[in-house]
Amino acid sequence: MKRYFGRKLLIYVITFFLAVTIDWLIPRLMPGDPIQNMLARAALNANAAERMYTYYTHAFQLDLPVWQQYLSFWNALLHGDLGISTYLFPTPVVDIIKAAVPFDIFLLLPAILLSWWAGNKFGAYAARTKRLDNTVLPIAYLLTATPYMWLGILLAWVFGIILGWLPIAGAYSYTMGTDLSWAFVGSVLKHWILPFLSLFLVGFGGWAIGMRNMIIYELEADYSHYLEALGAPRKLIRKYAFRNAILPQLSGLALQLGVIVAGALVTEVVFSYPGIGYLILSAIQNQDYFLVQGCFLFIIIGVLLANFLIDIAFVIVDPRTRKGMVGE
Amino acid sequence: MTRATKKKRNEFLYFAMRNNKLKIGAVIILFFLVLAAVGTLLTKNDPETFAGPMSSPPSAEFWFGTTFFGQDVFSQFVIGLRATFLVGAVGGGLATLIGMLVGFIGGYRGGVIDEGLNVMTNIVLVIPTFALLLIISAYFEVRGLFMESIFIGLTAWPWAARAIRAQTLSLRSREFVDLARISGMKPLRIVFSEIAPNMMSYLVMAFILQFGGAILIAATLDFIGLGPTQGFSLGIMMQYAVLWGALPLGSWWWFIPPGAAIATIVGALYFMNVGLDEVFNPKLRET
Repeated sequence: MKRYFGRKLLIYVITFFLAVTIDWLIPRLMPGDPIQNMLARAALNANAAERMYTYYTHAFQLDLPVWQQYLSFWNALLHGDLGISTYLFPTPVVDIIKAAVPFDIFLLLPAILLSWWAGNKFGAYAARTKRLDNTVLPIAYLLTATPYMWLGILLAWVFGIILGWLPIAGAYSYTMGTDLSWAFVGSVLKHWILPFLSLFLVGFGGWAIGMRNMIIYELEADYSHYLEALGAPRKLIRKYAFRNAILPQLSGLALQLGVIVAGALVTEVVFSYPGIGYLILSAIQNQDYFLVQGCFLFIIIGVLLANFLIDIAFVIVDPRTRKGMVGE
Repeated sequence: MTRATKKKRNEFLYFAMRNNKLKIGAVIILFFLVLAAVGTLLTKNDPETFAGPMSSPPSAEFWFGTTFFGQDVFSQFVIGLRATFLVGAVGGGLATLIGMLVGFIGGYRGGVIDEGLNVMTNIVLVIPTFALLLIISAYFEVRGLFMESIFIGLTAWPWAARAIRAQTLSLRSREFVDLARISGMKPLRIVFSEIAPNMMSYLVMAFILQFGGAILIAATLDFIGLGPTQGFSLGIMMQYAVLWGALPLGSWWWFIPPGAAIATIVGALYFMNVGLDEVFNPKLRET
C-alpha cells in the first residue's frame, strides 16, 4: 500500500509542479499587455496613464527579472495569494474563484457521482439482455458521443424556450436577493436542473456502455463459466462480474475527470452558470493574466484531489492494492 | 502471406460483413464523408455571403434555412463537416502515432526508459488537457484548423500509449518474438513486423476512439471561441448560433444540424468500435 500511494503521490507532485510552471509561463506569453488594456478602458490623460502604468507594472512585478517573477509566484502561491484580477480590479483572484467554486461543486459533484452510479447500474443490467441491448444502448452511444454544449442547447431550447418550464441563464433569479429564503432555494434548484441534466446524461451514456462491455468480458471469463458449470444462479454470477467490472470503471472515472471538467466548462457557458468555466472564458476574453492562472490552477488542484480520492476508494474496493500486488 | 493467415483474414472479413454494428457505423460515416466531399456542389451559396432572408426556416433554396445574417446554413454545415473530419484524422492520427511510439518503446525496451515514459504518460493523463488546450489556444491570436488538430493530437495520446504499452508487454515475452530476437532481428523490425501486426485490431480501435475524441475536443474548443479564427466548423456554427440568439429567436435549424452531425458521427465511430471488437474477439460475438 505504501508503494501504491508513494507512486501516486510522486506523479501528483510532479504534475502539480509542472502545472504551476506551465501556468506561470503561458499567460506571460499571451499577446497583449494586461495593464495597458486596463488603463485603455479607464480613459485617462497621457500623463496620468503613464504614472498609473509604472505603478501597476511594479504592483504586478512585471518589471522584475523573469526568474524572480517565477520564484515570487511560487512564494505567493504557497501563501494562498494568486494576485489581483486586472479584469475585475481590484478584487483578489482568490476571492473571485472562491465565489465561483460553490457553484461548480454544487453542479459537478452530483452530476459526476449520480451519472457514474446510475450508468454502471444500468449498463450491468443491460448487458446480455437482448431487448435492452438493442434498443437503449444505441441511445447511450449517441448520448456519450453528444457534445456537452449541444445537449445543453437542446435542453435549453426544449424546456426553456418551447415549453417555458425552466430558466436557461444564471444560477438564480437576478431579481432576487441572495438571502436564504424558500423562494431563493427554489430558484437556485430551478436554475440548476438543466445544466445538471446535460452533464448527467452525457456521463450516463458513457458509463452505461463501459459497464455493459466490461460485464460481457467478465461473463466470458473462466471463473464465470466455472460458476455456471457448478450451477450457480445467474444472479450470483452477475454479482461477481459486477464487482470485477467496477474496478476499471473506477479508474475510468479518474481518467474521465479532465473530459468532464471540459464538459462542465462549456455547459456553464451555455447556461451562463457562474462557475469556474464561465469565469475562465471571461478571463480569456479580457486577457486577465491572474484570473486565467488562478482558474487553471484551481482546476488542476481540483482534478488532482479528485484523483487522490479515487485512489483511496480503490484501496477500499480492491484488496490487491492493500497487499501491494498492484504496482500502480 | 501464408495460407493460414489468409484464411484468418477471410474469417475476419466474413464476421465483419455479418456484424450489424460495424455495418451501420460504417454506412453512417461513409454518408457524412460523401456529404463533406460533394456537399458544396449541392448548394450554390457561399457560406459567408448574406445570400438570403434573415433567420428563415428550411426551404427549397436553403435546405437548412439561413442564419441571423441570412447566410446559408447548409453550405456552412458542409464546410464544417470537412473541418470535423480533418480534425479527427489529423488529431486522432497524431495521437495514435505518439501513443504507438511511446507504447512500443516503453513496452518493448522496458527498464529506465519505460519508467520515464510511464511517468510522463501518467502526468499527461492526470492533467486536465482541455484546460491546457484552452490556455495555449488563447495565446495565439491567429489560429488555424491544422494547428488546432496538432495541439489536440499532442495532448490526447496518453490513453492510447497506455493500452499499447500493456499489449506490447504481453506480446514481448511470446515465443515468436524470442525467436525473432535470437535470429538477430533489429528491435525496430521486431516491433513493426512481429509485434505490431499482432495487435493490429487494437491499433485500429485506438485510432477510431482517438478520431472521435479529437472531434469532440475540437467542437468544445470551437464553441467557446478558441477554434480556428477563419472559416467554419460545426463547433463554430453552434457558437454563433448561441451568440446571435438562435435560441430566443427559435432558429432551431441553425443549432440542431451541427450538433446532431457531431453526435451521429462520433456515435457511429464508437458503434463501429464495438462491432470491430466483436469481429476480432470471438468471445464477444453474440450467439
